Amino acid sequence: MIVSSALMIWKGLIVVTGSESPIVVVLSGSMEPAFHRGDLLFLTNFQDDPIRAGEIVVFKVEGRDIPIVHRVIKIHEKENGNIKFLTKGDNNEVDDRGLYKKGQNWLEKKDVVGRARGFLPYVGMVTIIMNDYPKFKYALLAVMGAYVLLKRES
Amino acid sequence: MKGAWPHVCYSRTRKNVEDFTGPRERSDLGFITFDITADLQTIFDWNVKQLFLYLSAEYSTKNNALNQVVLWDKIILRGDNPKLLLKDMKSKYYFFDDGNGLKGNRNVTLTLSWNVVPNAGILPLVTGSGHVSVPFPDAYETTKSY
Repeated sequence: MIVSSALMIWKGLIVVTGSESPIVVVLSGSMEPAFHRGDLLFLTNFQDDPIRAGEIVVFKVEGRDIPIVHRVIKIHEKENGNIKFLTKGDNNEVDDRGLYKKGQNWLEKKDVVGRARGFLPYVGMVTIIMNDYPKFKYALLAVMGAYVLLKRES
Repeated sequence: MKGAWPHVCYSRTRKNVEDFTGPRERSDLGFITFDITADLQTIFDWNVKQLFLYLSAEYSTKNNALNQVVLWDKIILRGDNPKLLLKDMKSKYYFFDDGNGLKGNRNVTLTLSWNVVPNAGILPLVTGSGHVSVPFPDAYETTKSY
Protein backbone atom coordinates (compact mmCIF):
# COMPACT_ATOMS: atom_id res chain seq x y z
CA MET A 1 0.00 0.00 0.00
CA ILE A 2 2.68 2.43 1.05
CA VAL A 3 4.92 1.51 -1.84
CA SER A 4 2.18 1.80 -4.44
CA SER A 5 1.00 5.15 -3.04
CA ALA A 6 4.54 6.46 -3.07
CA LEU A 7 4.95 5.28 -6.65
CA MET A 8 1.66 6.91 -7.66
CA ILE A 9 2.69 10.21 -6.09
CA TRP A 10 6.06 10.07 -7.85
CA LYS A 11 4.52 9.30 -11.24
CA GLY A 12 1.95 12.03 -10.63
CA LEU A 13 4.75 14.51 -9.93
CA ILE A 14 6.48 13.55 -13.17
CA VAL A 15 3.31 14.32 -15.12
CA VAL A 16 2.44 17.53 -13.28
CA THR A 17 5.92 19.03 -13.53
CA GLY A 18 6.74 17.80 -17.01
CA SER A 19 10.13 16.63 -15.79
CA GLU A 20 11.39 13.04 -15.78
CA SER A 21 13.13 13.85 -12.52
CA PRO A 22 11.03 16.38 -10.59
CA ILE A 23 13.12 16.18 -7.43
CA VAL A 24 16.91 16.05 -7.51
CA VAL A 25 19.62 16.08 -4.89
CA VAL A 26 22.50 18.51 -5.29
CA LEU A 27 25.65 16.43 -5.60
CA SER A 28 28.45 19.00 -5.76
CA GLY A 29 29.48 22.36 -4.41
CA SER A 30 29.57 24.12 -7.78
CA MET A 31 26.54 26.24 -6.92
CA GLU A 32 27.60 27.31 -3.45
CA PRO A 33 26.77 29.27 -1.42
CA ALA A 34 23.24 28.96 -2.80
CA PHE A 35 23.09 25.16 -2.87
CA HIS A 36 25.18 22.64 -0.99
CA ARG A 37 25.69 18.92 -1.40
CA GLY A 38 22.61 17.27 0.01
CA ASP A 39 20.11 20.03 -0.72
CA LEU A 40 16.92 19.10 -2.51
CA LEU A 41 15.72 20.86 -5.65
CA PHE A 42 12.21 20.86 -7.12
CA LEU A 43 12.06 21.08 -10.90
CA THR A 44 9.57 21.79 -13.63
CA ASN A 45 10.18 21.24 -17.31
CA PHE A 46 7.32 22.79 -19.23
CA GLN A 47 8.19 22.84 -22.92
CA ASP A 48 6.62 26.28 -23.33
CA ASP A 49 8.82 27.78 -20.64
CA PRO A 50 11.51 29.66 -22.51
CA ILE A 51 15.09 29.19 -21.34
CA ARG A 52 16.48 32.55 -20.28
CA ALA A 53 19.79 33.82 -18.92
CA GLY A 54 19.99 33.62 -15.12
CA GLU A 55 17.79 30.55 -14.78
CA ILE A 56 19.04 27.53 -12.90
CA VAL A 57 18.75 24.45 -15.09
CA VAL A 58 19.38 20.80 -14.46
CA PHE A 59 20.85 19.13 -17.51
CA LYS A 60 22.50 15.90 -18.54
CA VAL A 61 25.49 15.75 -20.84
CA GLU A 62 24.90 13.33 -23.73
CA GLY A 63 26.19 9.95 -22.75
CA ARG A 64 26.37 10.67 -19.03
CA ASP A 65 23.84 9.81 -16.36
CA ILE A 66 24.60 12.43 -13.76
CA PRO A 67 22.40 15.53 -13.81
CA ILE A 68 24.22 18.83 -13.35
CA VAL A 69 22.64 21.85 -11.69
CA HIS A 70 24.06 25.13 -13.05
CA ARG A 71 23.02 28.57 -14.20
CA VAL A 72 22.35 29.67 -17.78
CA ILE A 73 24.72 32.51 -18.66
CA LYS A 74 24.26 32.84 -22.42
CA ILE A 75 21.46 32.10 -24.84
CA HIS A 76 21.10 32.46 -28.60
CA GLU A 77 17.58 31.75 -29.81
CA LYS A 78 16.41 31.62 -33.43
CA GLU A 79 13.04 32.90 -34.56
CA ASN A 80 11.68 29.36 -34.79
CA GLY A 81 12.42 28.77 -31.11
CA ASN A 82 15.61 26.72 -31.61
CA ILE A 83 17.86 27.69 -28.77
CA LYS A 84 21.47 27.02 -27.82
CA PHE A 85 22.78 28.05 -24.45
CA LEU A 86 25.79 27.98 -22.18
CA THR A 87 25.86 27.20 -18.45
CA LYS A 88 28.19 27.82 -15.53
CA GLY A 89 28.25 26.92 -11.87
CA ASP A 90 28.09 30.00 -9.63
CA ASN A 91 31.04 28.70 -7.65
CA ASN A 92 33.13 27.78 -10.70
CA GLU A 93 35.69 30.08 -12.31
CA VAL A 94 34.90 28.99 -15.87
CA ASP A 95 31.84 28.05 -17.86
CA ASP A 96 30.75 24.47 -18.45
CA ARG A 97 32.28 23.94 -21.90
CA GLY A 98 34.82 21.62 -20.28
CA LEU A 99 31.97 19.47 -18.98
CA TYR A 100 30.13 19.11 -22.25
CA LYS A 101 30.86 16.37 -24.79
CA LYS A 102 34.08 16.73 -26.77
CA GLY A 103 33.49 19.31 -29.47
CA GLN A 104 30.17 20.37 -27.96
CA ASN A 105 29.99 24.10 -27.31
CA TRP A 106 26.34 24.54 -26.44
CA LEU A 107 23.45 22.85 -24.69
CA GLU A 108 20.03 22.44 -26.28
CA LYS A 109 16.50 22.04 -24.96
CA LYS A 110 16.76 18.28 -25.25
CA ASP A 111 19.59 18.23 -22.71
CA VAL A 112 17.45 19.87 -20.03
CA VAL A 113 15.92 17.71 -17.31
CA GLY A 114 14.20 20.66 -15.64
CA ARG A 115 14.33 24.18 -14.27
CA ALA A 116 14.92 24.66 -10.52
CA ARG A 117 11.84 26.28 -9.05
CA GLY A 118 12.12 25.53 -5.34
CA PHE A 119 14.58 24.21 -2.82
CA LEU A 120 14.89 22.59 0.59
CA PRO A 121 18.22 22.46 2.39
CA TYR A 122 19.84 19.25 3.77
CA VAL A 123 16.89 16.91 3.11
CA GLY A 124 18.64 15.12 0.25
CA MET A 125 21.60 14.08 2.42
CA VAL A 126 19.93 10.71 2.99
CA THR A 127 20.35 9.84 -0.71
CA ILE A 128 24.01 10.83 -0.68
CA ILE A 129 24.71 8.80 2.45
CA MET A 130 23.02 5.80 0.88
CA ASN A 131 25.16 6.22 -2.21
CA ASP A 132 28.42 6.63 -0.40
CA TYR A 133 27.78 3.96 2.20
CA PRO A 134 25.96 1.06 0.52
CA LYS A 135 25.88 -0.83 3.84
CA PHE A 136 23.62 1.92 5.17
CA LYS A 137 21.34 1.50 2.18
CA TYR A 138 21.05 -2.27 2.71
CA ALA A 139 20.44 -1.77 6.41
CA LEU A 140 17.67 0.71 5.63
CA LEU A 141 16.11 -1.65 3.08
CA ALA A 142 16.29 -4.51 5.59
CA VAL A 143 14.55 -2.40 8.24
CA MET A 144 11.85 -1.33 5.74
CA GLY A 145 11.40 -4.93 4.58
CA ALA A 146 11.11 -6.17 8.17
CA TYR A 147 8.55 -3.44 8.92
CA VAL A 148 6.40 -4.41 5.95
CA LEU A 149 6.51 -8.12 6.84
CA LEU A 150 5.77 -7.57 10.51
CA LYS A 151 2.87 -5.19 9.76
CA ARG A 152 1.18 -7.81 7.62
CA GLU A 153 1.25 -10.44 10.29
CA SER A 154 -0.75 -8.38 12.76
CA MET B 1 6.57 43.79 -6.20
CA LYS B 2 9.69 44.94 -4.40
CA GLY B 3 12.24 46.70 -6.60
CA ALA B 4 15.80 47.81 -6.33
CA TRP B 5 15.77 50.78 -8.70
CA PRO B 6 19.26 50.03 -9.91
CA HIS B 7 21.01 52.54 -12.05
CA VAL B 8 23.42 51.45 -14.75
CA CYS B 9 25.67 53.67 -16.90
CA TYR B 10 28.04 52.33 -19.52
CA SER B 11 30.58 52.90 -22.26
CA ARG B 12 31.41 50.41 -25.00
CA THR B 13 33.59 49.37 -27.95
CA ARG B 14 33.75 46.29 -30.13
CA LYS B 15 36.23 43.94 -31.83
CA ASN B 16 35.90 41.05 -34.24
CA VAL B 17 37.98 38.05 -33.23
CA GLU B 18 37.94 34.28 -33.09
CA ASP B 19 35.85 33.18 -30.15
CA PHE B 20 38.69 31.57 -28.24
CA THR B 21 36.33 30.43 -25.49
CA GLY B 22 34.51 27.98 -27.72
CA PRO B 23 33.41 27.95 -31.36
CA ARG B 24 36.36 28.74 -33.61
CA GLU B 25 34.67 31.31 -35.80
CA ARG B 26 35.18 35.04 -35.99
CA SER B 27 32.51 36.70 -33.91
CA ASP B 28 31.93 40.10 -32.50
CA LEU B 29 33.40 40.68 -29.06
CA GLY B 30 31.93 43.58 -27.15
CA PHE B 31 33.56 45.54 -24.36
CA ILE B 32 31.37 47.38 -21.91
CA THR B 33 32.34 49.36 -18.83
CA PHE B 34 29.58 50.30 -16.45
CA ASP B 35 28.59 51.78 -13.11
CA ILE B 36 25.92 50.28 -10.93
CA THR B 37 24.09 52.00 -8.10
CA ALA B 38 21.51 49.92 -6.25
CA ASP B 39 19.89 49.57 -2.86
CA LEU B 40 18.81 45.96 -2.36
CA GLN B 41 17.71 46.28 1.25
CA THR B 42 14.00 45.86 0.53
CA ILE B 43 14.54 42.54 -1.22
CA PHE B 44 15.97 40.86 1.88
CA ASP B 45 13.07 39.53 3.91
CA TRP B 46 13.12 36.89 6.68
CA ASN B 47 13.41 34.01 4.24
CA VAL B 48 16.11 35.36 1.93
CA LYS B 49 19.48 33.62 2.28
CA GLN B 50 21.26 35.35 -0.57
CA LEU B 51 20.80 37.17 -3.86
CA PHE B 52 22.50 36.23 -7.09
CA LEU B 53 22.71 39.55 -8.88
CA TYR B 54 23.60 39.70 -12.57
CA LEU B 55 23.87 42.20 -15.39
CA SER B 56 22.77 40.83 -18.74
CA ALA B 57 22.76 42.22 -22.25
CA GLU B 58 19.80 41.39 -24.44
CA TYR B 59 19.64 42.06 -28.18
CA SER B 60 18.50 40.79 -31.56
CA THR B 61 20.66 39.99 -34.56
CA LYS B 62 20.26 38.70 -38.10
CA ASN B 63 21.46 35.29 -36.91
CA ASN B 64 19.36 35.03 -33.78
CA ALA B 65 16.03 36.55 -32.84
CA LEU B 66 17.01 36.69 -29.18
CA ASN B 67 20.40 36.79 -27.52
CA GLN B 68 21.09 37.14 -23.82
CA VAL B 69 24.58 37.31 -22.38
CA VAL B 70 25.38 37.58 -18.70
CA LEU B 71 28.19 40.12 -18.45
CA TRP B 72 28.70 40.31 -14.74
CA ASP B 73 27.37 38.73 -11.58
CA LYS B 74 27.72 39.06 -7.83
CA ILE B 75 26.54 37.05 -4.88
CA ILE B 76 25.13 39.10 -2.03
CA LEU B 77 24.68 37.23 1.20
CA ARG B 78 22.28 38.11 3.96
CA GLY B 79 24.24 40.49 6.12
CA ASP B 80 26.42 41.92 3.32
CA ASN B 81 26.09 45.60 2.60
CA PRO B 82 22.93 45.83 0.48
CA LYS B 83 23.90 49.20 -0.96
CA LEU B 84 25.98 48.85 -4.10
CA LEU B 85 28.06 51.67 -5.48
CA LEU B 86 30.20 50.15 -8.21
CA LYS B 87 32.14 52.30 -10.64
CA ASP B 88 34.05 51.55 -13.84
CA MET B 89 33.26 47.87 -13.72
CA LYS B 90 34.48 45.73 -16.62
CA SER B 91 32.38 42.82 -17.74
CA LYS B 92 33.38 39.62 -15.93
CA TYR B 93 32.67 37.38 -18.87
CA TYR B 94 33.55 37.71 -22.54
CA PHE B 95 30.74 39.31 -24.46
CA PHE B 96 30.95 37.20 -27.61
CA ASP B 97 28.08 37.30 -30.06
CA ASP B 98 27.07 34.24 -32.06
CA GLY B 99 28.19 35.90 -35.26
CA ASN B 100 28.74 39.53 -36.12
CA GLY B 101 25.57 40.97 -34.70
CA LEU B 102 27.04 43.59 -32.40
CA LYS B 103 28.39 45.73 -35.20
CA GLY B 104 26.16 48.76 -35.50
CA ASN B 105 23.56 47.21 -33.23
CA ARG B 106 21.66 50.11 -31.77
CA ASN B 107 19.48 48.09 -29.51
CA VAL B 108 21.52 46.20 -26.95
CA THR B 109 19.69 46.46 -23.64
CA LEU B 110 21.40 46.06 -20.30
CA THR B 111 19.23 44.83 -17.44
CA LEU B 112 20.01 44.09 -13.82
CA SER B 113 18.26 40.97 -12.50
CA TRP B 114 18.49 38.82 -9.43
CA ASN B 115 17.78 35.29 -8.31
CA VAL B 116 16.42 35.18 -4.77
CA VAL B 117 17.71 32.14 -2.89
CA PRO B 118 15.50 31.47 0.13
CA ASN B 119 16.37 29.55 3.28
CA ALA B 120 13.75 27.16 1.93
CA GLY B 121 11.07 27.52 -0.71
CA ILE B 122 10.56 29.02 -4.13
CA LEU B 123 13.48 30.35 -6.21
CA PRO B 124 12.21 33.47 -8.00
CA LEU B 125 14.06 35.23 -10.78
CA VAL B 126 13.34 38.95 -10.76
CA THR B 127 14.23 41.56 -13.35
CA GLY B 128 14.82 45.07 -12.12
CA SER B 129 12.50 47.64 -13.58
CA GLY B 130 14.24 49.99 -15.93
CA HIS B 131 16.99 49.12 -18.35
CA VAL B 132 19.68 50.89 -20.32
CA SER B 133 20.07 50.75 -24.07
CA VAL B 134 23.63 50.46 -25.35
CA PRO B 135 24.17 51.26 -29.03
CA PHE B 136 27.28 49.58 -30.44
CA PRO B 137 29.50 51.46 -32.89
CA ASP B 138 29.61 50.61 -36.61
CA ALA B 139 33.37 50.25 -36.65
CA TYR B 140 35.61 47.70 -35.02
CA GLU B 141 38.20 48.79 -32.54
CA THR B 142 41.63 47.82 -33.76
CA THR B 143 43.84 49.13 -30.99
CA LYS B 144 44.21 47.16 -27.77
CA SER B 145 42.71 49.12 -24.94
CA TYR B 146 40.93 46.84 -22.50
